[in-house]
Formats: sequence, structure tokens, C-alpha cells
Amino acid sequence: MTLARHVGAAIVAAVVIWVLSVSLSSFRDYQIADIAVYVVAIAGLTVLIGLSGQISLGNGAFMAIGAYATALLQMHLGWPLWALFPASTAIAAVAGVAVGAAAARLHGPYLAGATLLLAVALPSLATQFSGVFGGDQGLTVSVTAPAALGVAFPLTRWLAWVNAGTALIVLVLLANLARSRVGRSWQAVRDDEAAAALAGLNVARLRILAFIVSAACAGLAGSMLAVYSSQVSPGSFTVTLSIALVTGAVIGGLGSLAGALWGSLVIVLVPTYVTNVATSHGLSSTVAANIPIVAYGVVLIAVMLLFPDGIQGGLRRFFGLNPPAATGPHTRFNSLRRRQPASEHQEERTT
Amino acid sequence: MNRSHRVRTPAIVAAAAAVAMIAAGCGGSSGSSSSSSSSGAATASAPGITATQILIGSHQPLTGPAAPGYSEIAPAANAYFQYVNAHGGIHGRKIKYTYLDDGYDPSKTVSDVHQLVLQDNVYAIFNGLGTPTHLAAVSFLNSSKVPDVFVASGCDCWNDPSKYPQTFGWQLDYIREGKILGAYIKQHFAGKKIGYFYQNDEFGQDGVKGLDYEIPKGQVVSRQTYVPPTDVNVGPQVAALKASGAQVVVSFAIPAWNALFKLTSLKLGFSPTLVASNVGTDPITLGGLLEAYAKKGGATVNGNQLTQDIITDYYLPAVGNTGNSWIALFKKVHDTYDAKAPFDGNVLYGEAAAYAFVQAMMKAGKNPTRADLVNAINAGLPQGPAVAPYAYSSTDHDGITGAYIGVIKNGALVQQGPVYVTDATPTGAVTAYTGSEQAAPASGMP
Repeated sequence: MTLARHVGAAIVAAVVIWVLSVSLSSFRDYQIADIAVYVVAIAGLTVLIGLSGQISLGNGAFMAIGAYATALLQMHLGWPLWALFPASTAIAAVAGVAVGAAAARLHGPYLAGATLLLAVALPSLATQFSGVFGGDQGLTVSVTAPAALGVAFPLTRWLAWVNAGTALIVLVLLANLARSRVGRSWQAVRDDEAAAALAGLNVARLRILAFIVSAACAGLAGSMLAVYSSQVSPGSFTVTLSIALVTGAVIGGLGSLAGALWGSLVIVLVPTYVTNVATSHGLSSTVAANIPIVAYGVVLIAVMLLFPDGIQGGLRRFFGLNPPAATGPHTRFNSLRRRQPASEHQEERTT
Repeated sequence: MNRSHRVRTPAIVAAAAAVAMIAAGCGGSSGSSSSSSSSGAATASAPGITATQILIGSHQPLTGPAAPGYSEIAPAANAYFQYVNAHGGIHGRKIKYTYLDDGYDPSKTVSDVHQLVLQDNVYAIFNGLGTPTHLAAVSFLNSSKVPDVFVASGCDCWNDPSKYPQTFGWQLDYIREGKILGAYIKQHFAGKKIGYFYQNDEFGQDGVKGLDYEIPKGQVVSRQTYVPPTDVNVGPQVAALKASGAQVVVSFAIPAWNALFKLTSLKLGFSPTLVASNVGTDPITLGGLLEAYAKKGGATVNGNQLTQDIITDYYLPAVGNTGNSWIALFKKVHDTYDAKAPFDGNVLYGEAAAYAFVQAMMKAGKNPTRADLVNAINAGLPQGPAVAPYAYSSTDHDGITGAYIGVIKNGALVQQGPVYVTDATPTGAVTAYTGSEQAAPASGMP
């Protein structure tokens, strides 16, 4: 029943994207491909943060793993596109097992710190082992539209289809996972670990599993990024990327897959739009260069003030839809805090 | 409440409408152009070209790690374009230069270049800055047949006409630069122990390749590298160079690492003769960095004192050489259109590259297609502000082929001896250039 509903929604979305891709300009196609990358990465992260109550500031590093896996597999083994995506996802998932096993022992700021370390350290491996990873300039990935579509078929439209299609499949899978027994168990662990453990749930395994899912999504997103930008280089996977992913998840609405879409739209479209405004108003170059960054910050602040539960939460409130109790925003934010202080419970009682 | 939700929709609609309008505009004017293509009225002969305007684009590090210094380049180029626009333009058309910030992030470069080519419909990409960044964009530009001219990087990788027919380098490439510095060292420091200090990427490695073509192997006693932006402690490298007994250190490093090298050497009591690539030795930038870094460490130094006697090379007239007609021209343009920036090597670089672009456009004809610009450069460009000729031909897409050796004295570069020219091969000789440098045209226009 839920599966049918999710697939139905995905088919509607696919039709909308198809119409957009054929009617808008090539650059818009390119942006669709760009947004799809962020949707996949943020959807994985929002499941981790919103459902399982863990945080990761290092998903940019998993994107790097997926992206480099794609480039290396294509370069050395000549694998086709349809094999690169699952392979890169799997490789990032394996990395997620390793990190997740360590991460499951950490909570709150310690977990954030450990994953941040990953985001900082991992990209510099590319320059340390430049023989394998191509150093600063990275590796190239080549992609062509299938010959069956004709010679004149725009490559950007093909990339938009590939990336958007992949993103929709991921969203359907994640939506079902969230509604499954695993998803419910994650929420139980998030809301009260002790109670979940008493109820017979294997807390550590569930936490690691959430980490793997999020790493796999990030790896797939990295692979999509490598394909649509036809290159991989360490400059693309800085700490800023990892922070941007968390930003997108928070802005969109933690734990909500629709929120992942809103977050991606903000991350991709706001800076481009603001740059266009800034340059078209003839501002001095030093000012114009920094305006997108300032405006982006202002948008973030505005969204957080107007929609403390993220855009999806705001939409739900606006249209009078009550969020499903289990994924309610307040429990979610509390869950991030809850682990660390047993004292907080006491405080709540005393006040 | 739904304000933030609404912001996006008009953005998309407005952008889509703008694209539609541009498309309609192009269609309208190109319809009337077909009858009179080469002579008579100015027509919309190519994407980005209308009867009154030439639209070109670029990706530049306006923010981020490479921004200090390099962010001055595009505004300086734009200043020269404004000068050209105020003096009749190119065959009557005004240049509009749109440069987007990529923060030195290659995936941002890819997205910038897609926006410029697919949405803004630029005629050409001009002076895209950086080796890793531009490498990410080069295959897209070539498969889209967009002229990719005068890349702002000395990587030899832009010279690959069979693979990248649309792409042209401009500045002296790092291999040639290494050979010219190497030949000077071989001649003037025979028998001395030489150490290398270089950035471990295309820039440093190409430079060292050039040095090794000239300097005898046995003379090089130590090779130290660093990786930006993480290797801020160069103590181990400097200590190793000191221990090797190097009397001359050759540096292929960006300004910040030359400053770190110099200050660390000072601390460790190591004072070799420093020979450095011009990439890292703009006296104003380097002197400023030395003072800023020393201040951070609680010390006060005189930038000019520390840059004194550094040996380097340069392929444009020295910024401080006010008697030079090119410097006079570019200083005048700078003072009129870009006065807020300091008149330093970065500004000179931007203006000189812009001059080369105007030269090429003038040559490309009254109503040029994209192929006309590429063909014009393939047929060779007159020397312009550079001290040595361009290499451009249909089989060679390298730019400036030579440089002179200079020594920094009191914060200014002083030329020593003749201009040397060479090629990028292991065996090609480094010879003194016998041709003369050109004077800037009185009009300031090519």
C-alpha cells in the first residue's frame, strides 16, 4: 500500500521532470542534474539525523569516496554507467561500516567531531597519493549520451534524466525503509535508547545500519557528481560541502525526504540566482563577489526564523497538516540533545 | 509564511523568461544577417555576439583560498575592456565581460562554465583561472566548440591542439620558465649546491622538469615539496635544505609559500641565494605577505628588506618601469577604471591578457564566428605587451615564449640582461631574444 503510493508519487515526479527537461534550457537540465545529486546526499543524511538521531559532518568524505571509486573503476576497468553507480554505492557503504562501527560508540558533539575529522582529512589523501588519485587536478570521467537517442541529443538532458531518475529510485527506497520495521526501530532508538534496548532492539547494530545507509547515499551522490561534472578532484570535497549537506537537511526539514528536495533547491538555486542579481546590478567586483555568500547566509537565517522545523515543517503547518507524531520536529530536536545529558531530564522535572 | 517558498518560483520564471527573450533576440537578428555576412553592417554572427556587443565569460577565484591577489585579475581585465569600449570598441561592438566566482573549487567551475555557455550564451571563455579548476572545464568547452582563450595558468596542458583545438594558453608556461631559470643558474652558479623547493602539483612539477633539463643532475642536492593549503609548516623542508648544504634554493611556489619559506629560513639561520618563479615573486604581494605573517608571529619585519636580491624572471615589463610605454598605458587605464586596486603584477597581468584578447578579436574580423577567433589565433598574434613573441600556430597553443631575469631591489623588479626565449622540449636551447620589443600604440588600442 505505502509502496504503491511512493512509486505513484515517483512516477508523477518523473513525468514532471521529463516535461521540465525537454522544455527548459540546457543549463536548467544541468541544474536538475546538480539538484538530484544534493537530493540523494541530503536524503541519506536526513534519514541519519532525523530518524536515527545521529549526526554526521563527514558525508562530503563519503561523496569523495563514491566519486573517486567511479573515476577509478571507469579509468582502469572501463565499467559502464549502470555498473558504476551501484559499485560506488557499495564501496562507500563499506567505508560506512568502518566509520559507523566507530561512530556507534560516540554521541552528540563527539560524533560530530569524529565525522568532521573525516571530512577534513580524507580529501588530502588525493594529494598525498597523487599517482593513484591524480593529485590536485584529479581524474576525469567521460560520459556520453547513448547512441540510440541520436547524435544531436543534448548531453545535459541525458545527465538530468540519469541523475533525476536515480534520485527518484533512492527516494522511493528510503521512503519505504523509513516506514518499515527498520525505520520504526531507528525512531525508537532515537527517542529513547534505553527503552529501545529493553524492548529487544540491537541499538548498536541499528545505529551502524543508519550510518551505512547514509554513507551509501552519499557515495551514490558522489558518483553522480563525478558523472555529471565529468571530473573528480579534491577541491570539490572540502569541509564546506559536508556542512552544506547538513545545512540542506536542516533547512529542508530534518527527517523529511520532501525536505531533502527543498534543501537541495535552496543550496543549488539561491547562490546562482543571487550571483546573477549581484552582477547585473553593477556592484563593485569585491562587493559583488561576496554578496552571494552574504545573501545565502541571510536566506538561511530567514528560513530558520520563519520555519524552525525546516521548509517542509513550515509547509505542513501552513497547509494545516499535522506531521506524523513519530517524526514530529520537537521530538527530533530533543533527540539530538537527549543522549548527552541525563541531567537534562532532571532539569525538566525540577523546572 | 510561504514567502521563502515563493522566492524560488519567480526566480525560475524570471530566468526562463530571460532565456526565452535572449533566444528570441538572437533568432530575430540572425534572420536579417544572412544576406550581408562579411561586409557592411555588424551582425549577430555567433552566440554572444550582437550588432552592438560581444559577451564573454570567465571563472575566477573571487573568494576562497586563491582569492588574495588573483581576485584582482578579472576586474583589471575588465578595466581594459572598458577602456576599449570607450574608444570605439571592437569593430564598433562593446565587450561585456561576465566573470563568475568559483572559489577555486573545480565542481563550481564546471557549473559556472555551464551557466556561461548554456544560459548566458557567451561567445568565448576568456582567462579562466587555475590549473585544477580549468582542467575540469576544458573538455566541455572543447566539445561545445566554445573558444577557450588565454587560460590563466602556465600549465603546459593547454597546449594540446589535437585534443583541445579550442583552448589556448597565454602566460609563459612553467616548463619554459624552469628552463630559463635553470639556464641562468647553470651559467651563474656553476659548481654550487642547488636545492629545490616546489609546490607538489602541475605547477611545481612542470617547473622542476624545466629546471632539470638545464641544471646538471649532480648539482641538485635536495628536493623539497609542499602541498597547499595544508602544509603551512615548512620547517622540515627548510631544515632538510639547510642540512643538504644548498647554497642556492630554487622555488616554484605561490607567494604565500615563498613568504613562509623566507621567514622559516630566517628563523633557522639559513640564508641561501633564492631564485624563484615569477608566480610567487610579485614584490608588492610578497612583501605584504611577509609583513603580515611576521606580524601574526609577533615580529616586525620590513617586506622590502626580505625580498631584496631575490632572483626571478618575468615575461611582461616590470610594474615599476614607468618609462615603459606599456606600463604607462596600463597605469592610465588602471587609474581611470580600476583605481581602487593596487597597481601590481596581478593588475598588469589582467590588463595584458585583455589586450591580447582584443588583438585576437580585431583579427577575427568584422562579423566573426567562433571558429574565426580560433583561426585568427592559430594564424599567430603580434607580440603586444609581452617581452617575447607568442608561440601560437595551428600546432602550438602555448602563449608567451620567453622572459628576462630580474632581481628585486627595494621592492621593485630590476631587469638583468637580455630576454631569453626557448621551447618546451627537453633539448631546445635557451637563447637570447634578438627581436625587439614593441612599443604600446598611442591610442592604447591594438
